[in-house]
Amino acid sequence: MIWVDTIIQGILLGGLYALFAAGLSLVFGIMRLVNLAHGDLIILASYLILILVTATGMNPFVAAIVAAPVLFALGWLLQRFVLNRTLGDDILPPLLVTFGLSIVLQNALLEGFSADSQRISLGALETASVSVGSLSFGVIPLLTFASAIGVILGLNQLFYRTGIGRAFRATSDDATTASLMGIRPNRVFATATGIAMIVVTISALYLGTRANFDPSIGPARLIYAFEAVIIGGLGSLWGTLAGGVIIGVAQTLGAAINPEWQILAGHVAFLVVLLVRPRGLFPRGND
Amino acid sequence: MALLETQALTANYGDFQALFGVDITLERGETVAIIGANGAGKTTLMRSLSGVLQNAPEQIQHKGTPVGALPADTIMKRGIAMVPEGRRLFRSLSVEENLVIGGQHKGGADFGDRLDSLIARITGAPDPALLAGGHDGQGYWTLDTIYELFPILRERRHTPGTALSGGQQQMVAIGRALMSNPDVLLCDEISLGLAPVVIKDIYAALPKIKETGASVIVVEQDIGQAMRVADRVYCMMEGRVTLSGRSSEISREAIHEAYFGATA
Repeated sequence: MIWVDTIIQGILLGGLYALFAAGLSLVFGIMRLVNLAHGDLIILASYLILILVTATGMNPFVAAIVAAPVLFALGWLLQRFVLNRTLGDDILPPLLVTFGLSIVLQNALLEGFSADSQRISLGALETASVSVGSLSFGVIPLLTFASAIGVILGLNQLFYRTGIGRAFRATSDDATTASLMGIRPNRVFATATGIAMIVVTISALYLGTRANFDPSIGPARLIYAFEAVIIGGLGSLWGTLAGGVIIGVAQTLGAAINPEWQILAGHVAFLVVLLVRPRGLFPRGND
Repeated sequence: MALLETQALTANYGDFQALFGVDITLERGETVAIIGANGAGKTTLMRSLSGVLQNAPEQIQHKGTPVGALPADTIMKRGIAMVPEGRRLFRSLSVEENLVIGGQHKGGADFGDRLDSLIARITGAPDPALLAGGHDGQGYWTLDTIYELFPILRERRHTPGTALSGGQQQMVAIGRALMSNPDVLLCDEISLGLAPVVIKDIYAALPKIKETGASVIVVEQDIGQAMRVADRVYCMMEGRVTLSGRSSEISREAIHEAYFGATA
């Protein structure tokens, strides 16, 4: 029974990784931009939620709702005035610029908040759990997983049911022809990054309430996000959930065997998938 | 005032000059054909007219407004729609979505334009939204009327656009451009790679398109086809117009000379 419990905990942890990955996947899918600052943006969002909670005493969930539009605007401005200038045939400039941004963010957060680790407190909810038979699930991990599914469902609805989603797909297919349809690709990209930052806010809420965070942990979250995206298949949103779950399960199983193996087991699972299915589990036909 | 005209239009790809002072005009209600061999500059001309390539502002005039430097999305909102060479359907979109997206951003300044115009005012850049006027995107063409024009598309509306035959894809590409109810329709090589019987079907739609108020510029390699559909013809060679006139008045010999640069 302990193994069933371990696997379920792993699946729920996968929800968090899927959240990390969804924002990265969204941006990559639309503009082929690999955002190396994605992890640091999540940490930045965690600090923003923390500030709102400590300054006003508001509930962290409310704080995330308040932070979301701020981070949307930040993402929009970042894309519009910085990242759009790096896009082109060469994939190096966006990598270099987002790598630089990652360093700037880490150091700015270190300067502003020190290296002390922080946590967003949820009070009694942190230890609340639901029991099913002999199994017991934490409410926060359940909420995380449900949020991941909600985010992916929402993004799918956005992509396939709305005008902006149509514009996203058209621009991703062929930006020049999209511009002949009255679409300004740079604006579409700015909106997409704005939406990715809303997903970042949701990731940040769970990251900050589940564990301690400090300014330096962004790049490690980026690695998990990358692995989930690549396992799932580049640009596939449901694939990121599968990828997140695989890493999550591998980590909890690894930790159950030997606590030192937790992180390693996730990376090994990633390597195995890469060996067996180099294009990921659900690759898009046209990549 | 011509509906659309170029004045001494030049265009470059980096150091390579592709157009050397091209003058063409399109009057309301006309169909104009641009003919010429490969490399004559026809597609460059279309890319300039549609805003994919940017030129000096005054080199292209739409209803008397200099539009040469405007980006493609603004040109489209002014009422100039393009059927690009090779059809270029969006592969992630169904037939119907391909059509819908053609009309999704038609007509005047949207929120993004207004936001841009605010940014432009702050940064001192030219205001894109102010230049987008001149067309409301209203008119005859809707999904239903496109399906009347090309009934096969209604049957296949949920199919991915790129899963259709070449001729059907061309119908989608034309329908997609019509969805914005343009006053100028630019068609770049719409018969390229299609069987003669399919080309006939596609060109059969042209009278209906003109009836609804669009003026048309077609780029054609097939001289016979161009002479049949066009009121006037421009022949291009090496980035220059070498011959122009009413298609009923131009002799085959004159075209041959203008097309190949030598008398037969």
